[in-house]
Amino acid sequence: MADTFTVHLKIWRQDGPDQPGKLVDYTLDKVNEHMSFLEMLDVLNEEIVAEGKEEPIEFDYDCREGICGSCNLVINGQAHGPKDMTCTCQLHMRNFSDGDTIVIEPFRAKAFPVIKDLVVDRSAFDRIIEAGGYVSVKTGSAPDANSIPIDKTVADTAFDYATCIGCGACVAACPNSSASLFTGAKLAHLNRLPQGEPERKKRTVSMVDQMEEEGFGDCSNYAECEAVCPKGISISAIAEMRRNYVKATLAGTEA
Amino acid sequence: MNLDSKVPSGPLKEKWSKHLNDIKLVAPNNKRKHDVIVVGTGLAGGSAAASLAELGYNVKSFCIQDSARRAHSIAAQGGINAAKNYPNDGDTIWRLFYDTIKGGDYRSRESNTYRLAEISNEIIDQAVAQGVPFAREYGGLLANRSFGGAQVSRTFYARGQTGQQLLLGAYQAMMRQVNKGKIEMHTRHEMLDLVIIDGKARGIVTRDLVSGEIQRWMADAVVLASGGYGNVFNLSTNAINSNVTAAWRCHKRGAAFANPCYVQIHPTCIPVSGDYQSKLTLMSESLRNDGRVWVPKDKDDDRHPNDIPEDERYYYLEEKYPAFGNLVPRDVASRNAKIVCDEGMGVGQTGRAVYLDFRDAIEREGKKAISDKYGNLFEMYENITDDNPYEEPMRIFPAVHYTMGGLWVDYNLQSNIPGLFVAGEANFSDHGANRLGASALMQGLSDGYFIIPYTIGNYIAATDLDEVNRDHEAFDEATSNAQSQIDKLFEVDGDKSVIEFHRELGQIMWDKVGISRSEEGLKEAIKEIQDLREEFWNNVRVPGESSNYNKYLEFAGRVADFLELGELMAKDALHRDESCGCHLRAEHQTEEGEALRNDDEYSYVAAWEFQGVNGELQEELHKEDLEFDFVELKQRSYK
Repeated sequence: MADTFTVHLKIWRQDGPDQPGKLVDYTLDKVNEHMSFLEMLDVLNEEIVAEGKEEPIEFDYDCREGICGSCNLVINGQAHGPKDMTCTCQLHMRNFSDGDTIVIEPFRAKAFPVIKDLVVDRSAFDRIIEAGGYVSVKTGSAPDANSIPIDKTVADTAFDYATCIGCGACVAACPNSSASLFTGAKLAHLNRLPQGEPERKKRTVSMVDQMEEEGFGDCSNYAECEAVCPKGISISAIAEMRRNYVKATLAGTEA
Repeated sequence: MNLDSKVPSGPLKEKWSKHLNDIKLVAPNNKRKHDVIVVGTGLAGGSAAASLAELGYNVKSFCIQDSARRAHSIAAQGGINAAKNYPNDGDTIWRLFYDTIKGGDYRSRESNTYRLAEISNEIIDQAVAQGVPFAREYGGLLANRSFGGAQVSRTFYARGQTGQQLLLGAYQAMMRQVNKGKIEMHTRHEMLDLVIIDGKARGIVTRDLVSGEIQRWMADAVVLASGGYGNVFNLSTNAINSNVTAAWRCHKRGAAFANPCYVQIHPTCIPVSGDYQSKLTLMSESLRNDGRVWVPKDKDDDRHPNDIPEDERYYYLEEKYPAFGNLVPRDVASRNAKIVCDEGMGVGQTGRAVYLDFRDAIEREGKKAISDKYGNLFEMYENITDDNPYEEPMRIFPAVHYTMGGLWVDYNLQSNIPGLFVAGEANFSDHGANRLGASALMQGLSDGYFIIPYTIGNYIAATDLDEVNRDHEAFDEATSNAQSQIDKLFEVDGDKSVIEFHRELGQIMWDKVGISRSEEGLKEAIKEIQDLREEFWNNVRVPGESSNYNKYLEFAGRVADFLELGELMAKDALHRDESCGCHLRAEHQTEEGEALRNDDEYSYVAAWEFQGVNGELQEELHKEDLEFDFVELKQRSYK
């Protein structure tokens, strides 16, 4: 079995949305290289609970296999930590060394208020999808699945954009806290498919407007979002979104 | 207890259409007068909520996650079955039905399973229309692949993320209805009790996981789509927050729990690495299409797998089951992995793993073709283990994955409590004693898109639903029940963490109620679980407070319920003195180590009625006899 090692942690603690927060120091030995980052925090929490002096650290997680999009930590200044194309839950301690100091903070953005400690409210993303991130097709009204052939390359590209897990790393990494990659990815998925074409303009305008209403910033092409995206979604989505937005607003959404 | 399955009469192929002709309808302008609660936003809950809202009902939807899009259906990798027969390889609805009922080892209801196969094609149509980006051929039409337990290619897939794409389709359909004001969405809410008034389900009690507030919700019907209970084993492929609480609290209110011992252990998971482990990661079974499963013939062979020559490898599935080879059903594959490891041929540091090797497939089709099919799975494997599966075989071992048991439902997916409907993995309905791959997504969406919307209408149209209000004594009682359980958890103020209790329970379940079970082991398990439960209520430590975000408190409530469910699972496994599907009783095996059924005595659904907990869990057994009018019961053979 692998040797264990020690890490020094500085973790953001905040009791509630309106409370002040601060970084608190912890030291954890018994870290194993095969542990996931969240398992390391589980072990720390077990120590905190055993000691009984303070409440355990709250953080979001669910599937722990990199697909649900729940986990959301900024690790040493990077959303989801140092490893490319990897969610926090899939980051393993083998990416750290004995004696490392690791700073752990929540995904920060005006549109993602802190609930407690490292847990934030990302419901703004749901409202962006609600504004138009769908194809309006009622259950039961679909034609046979093979009645619309779709170029494999188009379908594959749509899939690439559809793999967004809605974690919000793009927002956390962006100096403007823009949600353009998230919004652009859904638009790039649906707008390029024949099924999504009838609502393309309306969808684009509604979702972009909602994104602004939620208090996300504008995109200034820093491309930090693409760099941290655990699913490797390309910022081409943003260019496409802007193109469609301009076309739709010039032509009018009903055109 | 009345276990009337309400299966329509007539030929199998006509039952569902006949039923649709017969069921009562709610007029369009009356639907908006009715509220429906849907608990859970996975494939079953999400699709049900969206479809009910489209019809005009007022839907209140609840999930424990911070967004409906994160329900655990999202993690399903491999695919979804349908009898489209696009590959022209001879598939039919009958064949999909037959494979499913045979795969379930003849322990499911013929009529429900047939309906599932019948609806399968509509699901694919619906998903494609929503923009779900399934894999396609160069001609632009949909691609299929084969999956365990079938000899045709009927599985539709979106790389290794089929569940994600289907769930996002259902989630987006839901969000469209949220936008229209037809769905009221409540995220970070956990259902803690069911409210029954005049014998009918009329509401639920929830805890707001952010504020800790206990809240009351009314409706004319409740749909429970809260998923499975695999996390009773602590380590499973389920998401960490997946739990049995919503279903178990319904059970404690009188809903029968059916076949709780039917648990599927998935053969292709990444092996355990240490006791800090929080979950096990599944590698899609679709990998068995191209990967070959083997162990070294020599127990003491500690060479690197790539250095072991062909004739010193034991391809045990291919040798034992030449017709299906590596594509045998999950239960058969899992059991055989355990057998070779028990015989000492296991690999890896713990000896609890077997190889899944892509060398030959890469030689045959090229690295690119394999990467196109399984790219993300290979990356996931490498990320977790630090080994590259393009260069050396994966190490895999079985892990708890899916629970076929669940709340008992009739043909309408209604439990024995009127107005309580149960969909998806939370019900027991379609998979018998073993679920075939690519069938869970099919069942969740079939229940939610195409069954519940009709059968709820039938219930509402046919039932007198008097006005109720939130101050009804049943709401008071359920609310104080939920609150007092929380208070009780804090009052214990012991020394032992919730996680430790969960780990200990999981170990008992895995050792004695897992892949192989025996009378002796099950009796020990029952006693050990009772003792652990007693210890829990005397020594658990729950930190923090109830009026704030508190994950430990959430877990404590769930582990408390698992500590009761675990005993029921062991009792059910003990009473079922036969083997069937995933339920292998060591006493009942064929000479080849296959499950040996006893159709004369056990061809029934075991539905348990909660009677109380008094040191021992008190449950009364009721039986729904399974009648097979259309298929002949055979010993399963995949040779």
